[in-house]
Parts: sequence; structure tokens; C-alpha cells
Amino acid sequence: MSQEDVLAVLRKSARNSPEDIARQLDMDTDEVEAVIEQLEDEGVIKGYQAILDRRKLDEEVVRAAVQLNVTLDRETGYEDIASRLAKFEMVDSLHLVSGDFDFLMEVEAGSMREVSQFISDKVAPVPEITQTITHYVMDSYKEQGILLGDGHDDDRLSISP
Amino acid sequence: MKPANRVERVPPSGIRRFFELAEEQDDIISLGVGEPDFTAPWATREAAIASLEQGKTSYTANRGRRDLREAIGETVDQRYDLSYDPDEEVLVTAGASEAVDLAFRAFVDPGDTVAVAQPCYVSYVPGVQFAGGEVCPVPTRREDKFKLTREVLADAGADEAEMLVMCYPNNPTGATMTREELGEVAAFAREHDLTVVSDEIYAELSYEHEHTSIATLPGMRERTIVINGFSKAYAMTGLRLGYALAPAEATTAMNRVHQYTMLSAPTTAQYAALEGLASCDGVVDEMVTQYDRRRNLVLSRFEEMGIDCFRASGAFYAFPAAPWDDAEAFAEALIEEVNVAAVPGTAFGEGGNGHLRVSYATGMDDLKEALNRLEQFVDTHETNPKA
Repeated sequence: MSQEDVLAVLRKSARNSPEDIARQLDMDTDEVEAVIEQLEDEGVIKGYQAILDRRKLDEEVVRAAVQLNVTLDRETGYEDIASRLAKFEMVDSLHLVSGDFDFLMEVEAGSMREVSQFISDKVAPVPEITQTITHYVMDSYKEQGILLGDGHDDDRLSISP
Repeated sequence: MKPANRVERVPPSGIRRFFELAEEQDDIISLGVGEPDFTAPWATREAAIASLEQGKTSYTANRGRRDLREAIGETVDQRYDLSYDPDEEVLVTAGASEAVDLAFRAFVDPGDTVAVAQPCYVSYVPGVQFAGGEVCPVPTRREDKFKLTREVLADAGADEAEMLVMCYPNNPTGATMTREELGEVAAFAREHDLTVVSDEIYAELSYEHEHTSIATLPGMRERTIVINGFSKAYAMTGLRLGYALAPAEATTAMNRVHQYTMLSAPTTAQYAALEGLASCDGVVDEMVTQYDRRRNLVLSRFEEMGIDCFRASGAFYAFPAAPWDDAEAFAEALIEEVNVAAVPGTAFGEGGNGHLRVSYATGMDDLKEALNRLEQFVDTHETNPKA
């Protein structure tokens, strides 16, 4: 139970210190640290990252969602193809999905050219991959449950009954 | 023009001065806000917009839309074991505040005495006075964790009153009462034939035990007006939607006043509320979870700072003892020196002396920053500075 709670607080904000998590959950700091360590050791927690609104950064980043279709044979399964693709640093996420195509792959690079090159040089030639459809991201509105953009001001009265 | 005497004798709200002080400061973090920092769930807002698009802009039935009353009836039955007939025993109002006012205007005759458990929400006392009643303050005590007890009721002379007004989970103290604790209040009310107005607007925000409505205790349903609404649990304060639950003769009397003054509660808000009851349990649960975590944070930090605070268990308030004897001076200095606003307990009536209402209806980052500033303030000031 405490594991679930610690995770919930971290998922809200991973910047919460162990002390603050302990306060919020009415636990001991040591206990919280032990839970986090265990979650990390078990590989439940894979990392901590900042969620960015990239429109506010000067650097140009190109992201694309790529649909992939594959054919399997006796020697090659989804796992094999996935592990081959996922190792490329440019690949941000990779999911096996139901529906009209097999994999949904998100890639990120400095330019459209880079992305195109990656798809044509590294992805399309994989023998099991029969089709790629690349969708360049034009704008983003929400990331990992967080709305991007300026949000709204707190317009509540500063003191109210 | 000279206002009527009954209006003139009611002073402006005690929080006004602190509001003005807070407004003067830049970069203020307010722990003085009596409403959620969350916005109403998007589904409720979208339902309100859709109702407007469909042109639902006319009055509703005086008592509120039938489907909403039905949904309210089902919800309070499921959550609080309260059973009220949507046709005769549910009255939808413009905020819980209107319901409180209706209870006074429908049941208080000039000269009647109304016992008001204090510290309390700022509108009970003026409401009684506007209705021509006399207020019998019932100060609850820190040593009772600000719960209402038979002893404080008797000490205050509440046995002579016609009506008792109470609010648990409580604003401003964050106190809650268990079924067992309510038992002695109920017994007192039955013995002395008191009508009870039970403001349960914070019912969803009870962190350590299930909320119990006093109306569910033996012999209480027939003498209790339960008041609740959508402002706190659904973060819909500005939509102004509340309701009263009471036996038919009581809601009929209240509706008599309501139909001539309000006619019906805001229609758009009724659509939002209907959606809230239908689909927003998960959002409400998540808000409650967040409040609870903040509560724990605030109480832990107070303890670490050496600020004396009982374990508040409901609403979104903590009610610590001010580190200085003069809580108002402390609150004022806190605003001026570290830009943190909290409301002194005196603004909420008797029993609040020497305390501060600290609202944790503030985002976690601001809350942490405010607590850091408070700590810095406490660390750098003597316990009781010379005036």
C-alpha cells in the first residue's frame, strides 16, 4: 500500500524530496527512501525526467509518430523486431498496438531530414518491416497528463470565508 | 438612505481587513482561501457549456430540476445513508449559503434563540440576525479538538435555544465528528427539542473516518435540516449550487421563501451538478487524496516548527495556535514580512481566539513555499514580541 502511495506522489511530481513524501503520506523518511530504492532496484521506476513545453525553447526539435507494419516468421517475433528498433537512441517510445498497424514508434531528432534518413536507412530496410507511415508532430497540447500552454491564473480572492 | 437597523447592527465580515492587507502585497501566497484551488471537473464545465448551446437558459422548477433532485437523493443515500424523497424533501438552492439562509428565515421567529457552534463560517451569525433571531454562541474548545460536546452546549446555555447550527467537517478548524461523538449532541438536541441545521458542505472531505450526518442518528431526521452542495467536493464555488435535505414540511417552508426570492437555483449550474454526480466520482476522489496529502504535509511541518496544532481531520483547513498571544498581530506581521496570508481565528467567532485558519486549498509548490516562509518567520521572531 505504501508503495502505491509513494509512487502516486512521485508520479505527481518526482521532485518531491523523501522528507516531503514522508510528510504527505504520514510515513518515516527512512521508510520512504527504502520504498523508492526497492522500486528502483526492481526496475519499476525506470527514471525521472522533466516534462517540457518545447514551444518555449529556442532549439528546434522534430518529433514524429511512425506507424510500422511487420510480417512475422518462425524465427522472428514482435519482441525481436522491437528490441532491434528500441535500441536506436532516436526512438523515444515504442509500443505494439492493436488495429491497422503493428507498432507505434515515436522518434525525436534535430531536423526532418534526420528523421527521414533514420526511417529510410535504419527502419525501412529491416526485412520484417513491410510498411512505414511517418506522421510529423506539428504541435503538442498535453504531455504525460500535463496540459501545455500557459494555463490559467488563480483568480480566486486572496482571502475568502 | 438609511439601512434598516437589523442590517446596520451586523458588522462587516472580520476577514475584510485581512483581504485588504493581502491585496496590497505582491507575491503573496494565500493560505486564507476558503475555496478549492482545483477547477470544477472538465466534464461538469462541458455539461454546462452544452446546456447553454442547447439553449437551456430558462428557470427550472422552484425546487430544482427533478432529475438533479433524484440524483442528489441517490447520492446521499449511497454515501451517507441519508434517505430523502426527491419530490418533497430535496430543495436545490443557489449555493449552500442560500440553504442556510432559508433555514433561518423559515424557522427563526423574532426573539428566537439560535445556538451557533463556534468558531464557524462567517455567515451563520449574520443570517440569524437578519432573520430577527438572537444568537447564543457555543464556543468549542481546543482540548475537545473543536468538537461539539454536551458540556459546551450546556455551558453556553444552548438548552434554552430553539435551533442549533453546526458544521462538521468544520470551517475554520478542520475538525470532524464521529457517529459516536455526534450521539451526545443528538441526545442534547432531542432533550431540549432543538431544530438542528447541519451544514455538511465539507462531507466529502473527511480523512480519518467516514462522514456521518447527524440526521442519521435516532430521532434526528425529523428535527434536522441537512445542508450540502457542490462548492467544495466538486470545486464549483462560483457556480453557486447547494441543496437542503429535510422532512417535507421543512423544505416546503424553505421553498416558500426560496420561490419568492430566488425562484430557482442557476439552471446552468444544475446541469453541471447533474454531470458531476453522474460521472465525476473519480475526479472528486483524486482531489480528496491531494487534500489529504497536503493536510499531512502541513501538520508535519507545523510539528517540526513547534507550532501547536491539533490533528485536523476534515475540510481543507488546519487551525494551529498562533505562536503569539495576539493572533491578529501575528497574521498581520506574517503578511507584511513574508507575504503569507492566513486568517486569524477571531474572524470566525468565539473559540477561535489565539488561532489561525490555515487553508491548504493551495497547490503543493505554493504550499511548501508558504510553509518555508512561515518557518523562516517563526525562526526569526520571538514568541511574543513587545507591541
